[in-house]
Amino acid sequence: MKKLINDPDDVVDEMLDGMTAAHPDRLRRLPDTQVLVREDAPVDGKVAIVTGGGSGHEPTHAGYIGDGMLDGAAAGGVFSSPTADEFEELIAACDGDAGVLCVIKNYEGDVMNFETAIELAEMEGATVDSVVVDDDVAVEDSLYTSGRRGVCGTILVHKAAGAKAAAGADLSEVSRVAEKVVDNVATMGMALTSCVTPEKGEPTFDLGDDEIELGIGIHGEPGTERTDAMPADEVTEALTESVLSDLDLDAGEEVVTIVNGMGGTPEMELFVVNRRLQELLGERDLSVHDAWVGDYMTSLDMAGVSITVCAVDDELKELFDAAADTPALTVR
Amino acid sequence: MSGEREVTEEGEAVVAAVAAVAERIEAEREHLTDLDSAIGDADHGGNMARGWAKAADAASDLEDPDPETVAKTVGKTLMSEVGGASGPLFGGSLVFAAAELDGGITAETAVAFAETYLEKVQDRGDARIGDATMVDALTPAVHTFKKSIEVDDLPPLEALAKAVDAAGRGVAFTVPVRARKGRASYLGWRSVGHQDPGATSTLFILEEVLAVSADRLDREVPDADATSPTIPDDAEAEEGR
Repeated sequence: MKKLINDPDDVVDEMLDGMTAAHPDRLRRLPDTQVLVREDAPVDGKVAIVTGGGSGHEPTHAGYIGDGMLDGAAAGGVFSSPTADEFEELIAACDGDAGVLCVIKNYEGDVMNFETAIELAEMEGATVDSVVVDDDVAVEDSLYTSGRRGVCGTILVHKAAGAKAAAGADLSEVSRVAEKVVDNVATMGMALTSCVTPEKGEPTFDLGDDEIELGIGIHGEPGTERTDAMPADEVTEALTESVLSDLDLDAGEEVVTIVNGMGGTPEMELFVVNRRLQELLGERDLSVHDAWVGDYMTSLDMAGVSITVCAVDDELKELFDAAADTPALTVR
Repeated sequence: MSGEREVTEEGEAVVAAVAAVAERIEAEREHLTDLDSAIGDADHGGNMARGWAKAADAASDLEDPDPETVAKTVGKTLMSEVGGASGPLFGGSLVFAAAELDGGITAETAVAFAETYLEKVQDRGDARIGDATMVDALTPAVHTFKKSIEVDDLPPLEALAKAVDAAGRGVAFTVPVRARKGRASYLGWRSVGHQDPGATSTLFILEEVLAVSADRLDREVPDADATSPTIPDDAEAEEGR
């Protein structure tokens, strides 16, 4: 299949150079690594928020580097974890002597490499905490995880923790709000088409012209159900039902929602999904504090969508509303 | 300073062991890949061969190497080159265990090194014996080594030979059991009947360390035969009373 790339082996490297060239005032690449950090990292006296994972989910991860969100992010190969030494350099480069919070999506490689890096950083005297995000309600164990997968809800963890750190909170307070988001967020996705990795050059999985996959993972991992294509409203109902039954919210509770495109979905379709999502929440007497629509955590060129719902209290509302200035997300 | 000279000699022995491991893993590359393709993503042979080759280069570049520095360098190189879960498991654990060789290699520090390595692998992988992972080769090897040194008072080379033998049994044990950790566990019962690639490469590493150790001591590799019980059986215990 056609791809706008040069050599599959160079894709991540060239992408990172292109990102720093687009945002020279915001992003800096650590020499001889695939780690991007804020241009002014480390920020002295502020808790640093760092993350990382496989590439192919852009604007995740480096797109959220900036004031009010991340201090830095390590990029692995396409759909594969960064190595522990890259995470170690990331932590060291962002550490402003107020502690570092590592936001880890629950995939075996990410968790093991990040944990190794954390232990090494601690041996060097750094103070590091971590939070593992596992918001995907679709499957309990999957191709790459024990336990649930970490997906688009991670963006809300970056946002809340980043805002708390920017406000001057200490590491334990920043970790606490990150955990609060993890405890209150749920996501489920679906695919209309498979993603195509640069390496393989053909679809990762076969999906018929008239089929969709519910519960898809962000690497094209199998979901819960393959079914005949359905209208947008029915897809939205199926995803929303799964997400809400996991969260078990009471009428009157407030939520923030994300309708996230998987990379190959027209914005038009995302808004169609959001329209039905908001109707469904209204029918359940849930009040929507904020509704985000766009490509936040993608799966290369996959056509599909995920729906994220996060229950919010006054504290989380304030953190989600706080200013953020990053290449991919700006809140004023 | 004879002490420094000794440490450098020990360091050079470790460098030689790393080179032997790299050569062995390269020779077994396809074998490991075949084992992995049955239950995983067929990258164990290639990733390990690449990682150990780079580690051997990095180790041989060290000037006046001491055992701790060699082990740490190898661990760091594996960590950055092997990737996936094997990078932290094989490499990360080595970086942490390396500190135990601070005072050079003695029976005592070797036991401490082995125990720390095992502990880190278990912690990182959250695997126990019987999960059909590298832990199944490593655990009996480390326990046998420790017991042979501390209880049976065997010379280190004999203890190492027994440890390698025990690791071999551990590898065989991964075949009939269901994998409960690592990529193979996603196959559930379909993992039964497959030998774990990580346990297998662990055995290859230990075999090469044994061969190089024997070579350096100018000895034959001892006949381990771990079946001969080092724990006295009931009859002997009775007699002993």
